[in-house]
Amino acid sequence: MRTARPVGITAYGAYVPRPRVRTATIAAAWGRAADGRLPVPEKSVPSIDEDTATMAIEAARHALARAAAAEAVASQAAAAGVAAPNIAPFPVDRIRAVWVGTESKPYAVKPTSTIVAEAIGAVPWVSAADFEFACKAGSEAMQAACAYVGSGMAEHALAIGMDAAQGKPGDHLEMTAAAGGAAFLFGPGETAVARVEASCSYVTDTADFFRRQHMHYPEHGHRFTGEPSYFSHTRAASTALLESLGRRAADYRYAVFHQPNPKFMRRGAADLGFDEAQVAPAAVVDRIGNTYAGASLLGLAAVLDVAQAGDRIFFCSYGSGAGSDAFSLEVTPRLAEARGAAPSVLELVARRHEVTDYGQYLRLADGIRRL
Amino acid sequence: MRDVVIIGIGQTAVGEHWGRSIRDLAAEAVAKARADAGVERVDALYVGNMASGALCGQENLGTLVADATGLLPIEAVKIEAACASGGAAVRAACLAVAGGAHDYAIAVGVEKMTDLLTDGVTSALATAADADYEAGHGVSFVALNAMLMRRYMHEHGVRREDFAPLAVLAHANAAHNPHALYRQPITAEEFAASPVVADPIGILDSAAICDGAAAVLVAPASEARRTRRLPIRIAASTCVTDTVGLAERRDPLVWEAVAAGARRAYALAKVGPGDIDFFEPHDAFTIVSALSLEACGFADRGSALKMAAEGRLARDGDRPICTLGGLKGRGHPVGASGAYQIVEVALQLRGEAGAAQIRGARTGMAQSVGGSGSVAVTHILQV
Repeated sequence: MRTARPVGITAYGAYVPRPRVRTATIAAAWGRAADGRLPVPEKSVPSIDEDTATMAIEAARHALARAAAAEAVASQAAAAGVAAPNIAPFPVDRIRAVWVGTESKPYAVKPTSTIVAEAIGAVPWVSAADFEFACKAGSEAMQAACAYVGSGMAEHALAIGMDAAQGKPGDHLEMTAAAGGAAFLFGPGETAVARVEASCSYVTDTADFFRRQHMHYPEHGHRFTGEPSYFSHTRAASTALLESLGRRAADYRYAVFHQPNPKFMRRGAADLGFDEAQVAPAAVVDRIGNTYAGASLLGLAAVLDVAQAGDRIFFCSYGSGAGSDAFSLEVTPRLAEARGAAPSVLELVARRHEVTDYGQYLRLADGIRRL
Repeated sequence: MRDVVIIGIGQTAVGEHWGRSIRDLAAEAVAKARADAGVERVDALYVGNMASGALCGQENLGTLVADATGLLPIEAVKIEAACASGGAAVRAACLAVAGGAHDYAIAVGVEKMTDLLTDGVTSALATAADADYEAGHGVSFVALNAMLMRRYMHEHGVRREDFAPLAVLAHANAAHNPHALYRQPITAEEFAASPVVADPIGILDSAAICDGAAAVLVAPASEARRTRRLPIRIAASTCVTDTVGLAERRDPLVWEAVAAGARRAYALAKVGPGDIDFFEPHDAFTIVSALSLEACGFADRGSALKMAAEGRLARDGDRPICTLGGLKGRGHPVGASGAYQIVEVALQLRGEAGAAQIRGARTGMAQSVGGSGSVAVTHILQV
């Protein structure tokens, strides 16, 4: 899919909460061996006063800080070297949509996106909605934002993927279900830090992972979540996009995939011909676990933290239910100007404090049911 | 009674066939068996299946498969004997032909297990145990076998690691079976390190949940000349039962039904254990292989693991078992496994087992066991 006019990511921002729990702590609580079979060493957990809405606001603010920096550099250049004394905030009235993709909405009925839009001052002349599509809700919001801008309906649209992921205590998903995500401001291609070359979406009704009304935690289909679900959808969307552009994996400097665990991401990438050097910069899952709707977006943010002008980035999300959104991006020189205005993903990951007690972790993860 | 021969065999790949139904799998195996025999006529269909009701919400399998294979309105019924259902279906077909009721009968074993999550499958499998005295108290099938394995370890002074050669052998043999689920070898170290399912049974002691179907077309020996395949004679077919509940056994480590089934089969075929060139045991768990080898007279009590450790059960040993992977390596779609065993014995006797071929094999035995040794269906096949 291509937009009617050039579109790109004009700014991005990530957020990862500080608490970390070691998976060995979780394993010990359930009487399991803390050995090499633990999928990741530790995972991020929201602080006691954090949820998807607050974390989405943090990521959006980081994105707006970068947007402001990029605008300031542009106007400075336009003023022929006259230094601006202060960076002006990004004019949020240029944002026509705020969309949050998540599977951990604080309210069952009431948008998270209105809270975010209000917090960043983008109300009232704005579209707002929450997207639900398991782990690809965030990239679905990216597709919509891209289309909003590409059609000329909006100058800018903000797409956020954020989760405080829910793993049933004792389930193996508890080992990876983490918190965090990223926000992407889409705008005109000429002001982009990374231009969207093309995208595609691939969806089937494959019920590999779901949570019905009144269930506290999602149900997953064990090994069914692999080949017929994650791998086949990732492969189909990625292959279609590469073929539509006449490209191969080797044409990209970086590759970002949904990362439910380190193994799936690497096996899926390798099947498509991407090597570890292309994948490793996006592998945030290795450090903090699976942030669900935030996972692939956080990986993309981590790549934008290091990419250089001219680099091509391949992106493919996956969401259970099931589908994948694939994007082909090309980095512009503006990225270097904007990058330093907000913390990098690695900096956010490095800001951590450990929760050493499983009970305390359960309290933070809202894992204790009080009737 | 007429002599009965196998004139056609067919099997699907064993796997996690998420995109296929029980009807589809059974139909493929039946079609392959008919094509293999080159015979159009089928008079009766016996569908071996353990738990299609619980696993797929589908009963009335005889008619379902007959319809799917274009065989209506022939006689078609489902045969259920827990994990021995596939073997029991082959026996039903054999009896129908031997008794003269039918000339051409197909037995197809089929199971579709991956439509449910593990908890649901575990519950479905537990229906083979005693609902009042075992399953009703939360004892799963793995747990029953774990108790047997623990008792075996206690009585014979062996360790969990000593069961490794049985699983290692199954995987090694499955590598040569294009229809097998697990074609990758495993090591004794991996066996020892595999996660515990029900102490002392680990993942690598256990045959996996999977889907598959295998079919056998039988006919009177007098009709064998009409087919293009080497006919395989069913020299013996027996079915023997014991108590469903383990607690009611005099000695849980002596599987009377398995032993009596083998003894009766030897008598019918006029052979002894020493005449069996290879054996396909019901290796759903490594402990089941050990108990079966001992009950069938291939090993003295408590010595099966020693036999395995000495390499005597390997393809080049004096008593090859699980020649195409067994339940552990090929996979254990429960109600289908007994039929897979017969198909594999036939392949060996025809000399069509490829790299897994047992040289000079003329007599093979397959034994399908349901429940915790509560029903044993034994076949001896010959060329």
